[in-house]
Amino acid sequence: MTSSAFLQYCLAGISIGGIYALIAIGYTMVYGILRLINFAHGDIFMMAAYFMIFAMVDFALPWYVSIGIVLVATVVLGVVIERVAYKPLRSAPRMSIMISAIGVSYLLQNLATYLFSALPKGYPSIGFLTKSITVGGISTSVVTFITPILTLLFVFLLMQLINHTKIGMAMRAVSKDFETSQLMGIKINRVISFTFIIGCFLAATGSILYFTPRPSVYPLVGSLPGTKCFIAAVFGGIGSIPGAMLGGFVIGLSETFIKAAGYSEFSDVFTFILLIVVLLFKPTGLFGEKITEKV
Amino acid sequence: MKKFIALALASVMTFSLAACGGGGSDEAAVAGTPISGDTIKIGVFEPTTGENGGGGMQEVLGIRYANTVAPTVDINGTTYNIELVEVDNQSDKTAAVTAAQSLISSGVVGVLGSYGSGVSIAAGQTYAEAGVPAIGCSCTNPQVTLGNDFYFRTCFLDPFQGTVMASYAAEEMGYKTAAIISQNGDDYSTGIAAYFKQAFESLGGTIVADETYQTNESDFNAILTTVKASAAECVFIPCSIATATLILPQAQAVGLDAHILGSDTWENESIVMAAGSAAEGVVFSTFFDENDESTPMAKDFVNGFKAYLNEDPQRVTLNGGTDGVAAVSALGYDAYMTMVAALASLDGVEGDLTSVNLRDALAAVNHDGVTGNITFDETGDANKDSAYLKKVEGGKFVFVKKQLDETAQ
Repeated sequence: MTSSAFLQYCLAGISIGGIYALIAIGYTMVYGILRLINFAHGDIFMMAAYFMIFAMVDFALPWYVSIGIVLVATVVLGVVIERVAYKPLRSAPRMSIMISAIGVSYLLQNLATYLFSALPKGYPSIGFLTKSITVGGISTSVVTFITPILTLLFVFLLMQLINHTKIGMAMRAVSKDFETSQLMGIKINRVISFTFIIGCFLAATGSILYFTPRPSVYPLVGSLPGTKCFIAAVFGGIGSIPGAMLGGFVIGLSETFIKAAGYSEFSDVFTFILLIVVLLFKPTGLFGEKITEKV
Repeated sequence: MKKFIALALASVMTFSLAACGGGGSDEAAVAGTPISGDTIKIGVFEPTTGENGGGGMQEVLGIRYANTVAPTVDINGTTYNIELVEVDNQSDKTAAVTAAQSLISSGVVGVLGSYGSGVSIAAGQTYAEAGVPAIGCSCTNPQVTLGNDFYFRTCFLDPFQGTVMASYAAEEMGYKTAAIISQNGDDYSTGIAAYFKQAFESLGGTIVADETYQTNESDFNAILTTVKASAAECVFIPCSIATATLILPQAQAVGLDAHILGSDTWENESIVMAAGSAAEGVVFSTFFDENDESTPMAKDFVNGFKAYLNEDPQRVTLNGGTDGVAAVSALGYDAYMTMVAALASLDGVEGDLTSVNLRDALAAVNHDGVTGNITFDETGDANKDSAYLKKVEGGKFVFVKKQLDETAQ
């Protein structure tokens, strides 16, 4: 392996890892607040891609307007799902709300199959993102290059928000103790909606970054990345944002290097083995809370 | 309530009568379907909906056009009208068997189709048991005709295609090194790739990277980086349309300079539309080219078929919105004409003619088709020795050359 090929693999791995990290944060935050694994998150990621196709292909809007529409529409979808499918079950046993999440996941997949057919649709290309750039012998597209940078930026901003703002403090309080924080006057529904807004915003951003270099969208496209990001969140310690980010990068890099070594059939296998190993030896993940929650 | 029961009983009896009718034709099945009356029914077994609906429809159009060119056939002094019986196999293996059974019960003596090997393999047994011969048009998987005496086909096979691409790469372009990217576990992809590898190596070339990917893979960065690092002069990628649209932009992004070669599935406008400039220069093999004027028959077919399409705007829509001649339409036309040639060769055969006689006639047929001369080997595959190579240039498919298979023969 030459050094330029090695760097190229690293870049590809970090880039896909960054996208996994963005989606994994959505899983980990919702879990932190609601103790719910939002199985529909991967499908929200898929719907964001269809929103983009609508905006740019069907309505022929310019890319900067389209990106805005995708972000807003995805956030609205996420909040509506929370209101309709999760909020009425807030006092129900945790298993019910999780089953509801699985139901929403299937609903979105089948709705997309019904509305857009199962045939893959082309994802519109955003001019400047798909341009090729060459840096020191490595050739790549702009989007691959900016993905990890955007990921780090978003994680930094999110940490600032959680640690230094009032709503962030409320979120930390809710994740510590749901009922007590309610008694202390925290508007819990607002906090939960806000969590979904952030999660869906990151999923929509991830969707744009993911589909620009991989321009094929079909109704089940969100399920495998969704599962991998869930594993990334578990690996980093579900509930922990830096953990989810680290998990995303680890999975992205290991996947790429396994494919590079010529064992592409084992790249997904490795990800799932990682999940089993983590659950066996460190169930709380790398940065997880000490108390294990039964799911 | 009584009325309802009476109605139910009546309908049950009607159904059992219908079943008797079906049973009658089953008995005749051992001996095939007889040719009688003054009409010969030919089944058209194609997908017009589902995954392969678009391509299947183009094949049907070729068959319909052929029917307008040769609507009758003379056997033993009788002029028979040829009637097409069309069914939709929905690109689905289960629906295919039902569709095949409905064709048999409607009394067809021969079947044309299908686009897509999977449905043809699924329905093959139904035709064999009924003793009705079928001619596949564009199903390239070896399994379609293997072990089935009643299935023939007019196109070349996957192994042939891989070999043709290898001779193009090694001899025409003079490449010494090649890389292969194929889909793990997919018969079509791995089959062609294996034959490409074998032929390329026997022509003195070296395969410097042999990469595989998983079904539904969307990230080819790692594989393409490996191919780039291997410094291969060309990379052969037999894959589905969906995969091709994903690989091309990623190959451009990682700065892959190797010449990209594809397989027959790549002859699809959507690849060029989705990949844009990344598709430029790609060369792939296909069955037919409308601009090939080396045979007068092909030229007549192209002109006639274009006129047929333009007669009715509906036909242009069904053809995908253009009056371009797809290779599968030509194969459909050839399959029909081969069937007619076999029927005509029954002239002079004594006794009551059945579909089994038609099968024997097909096995011995020699027909000059628009996609080349058609004779069938003992497994029922057309003996074809040439494929058409096309290149993407300026967003269009441009004919490169007719490539003869120099290693297999």
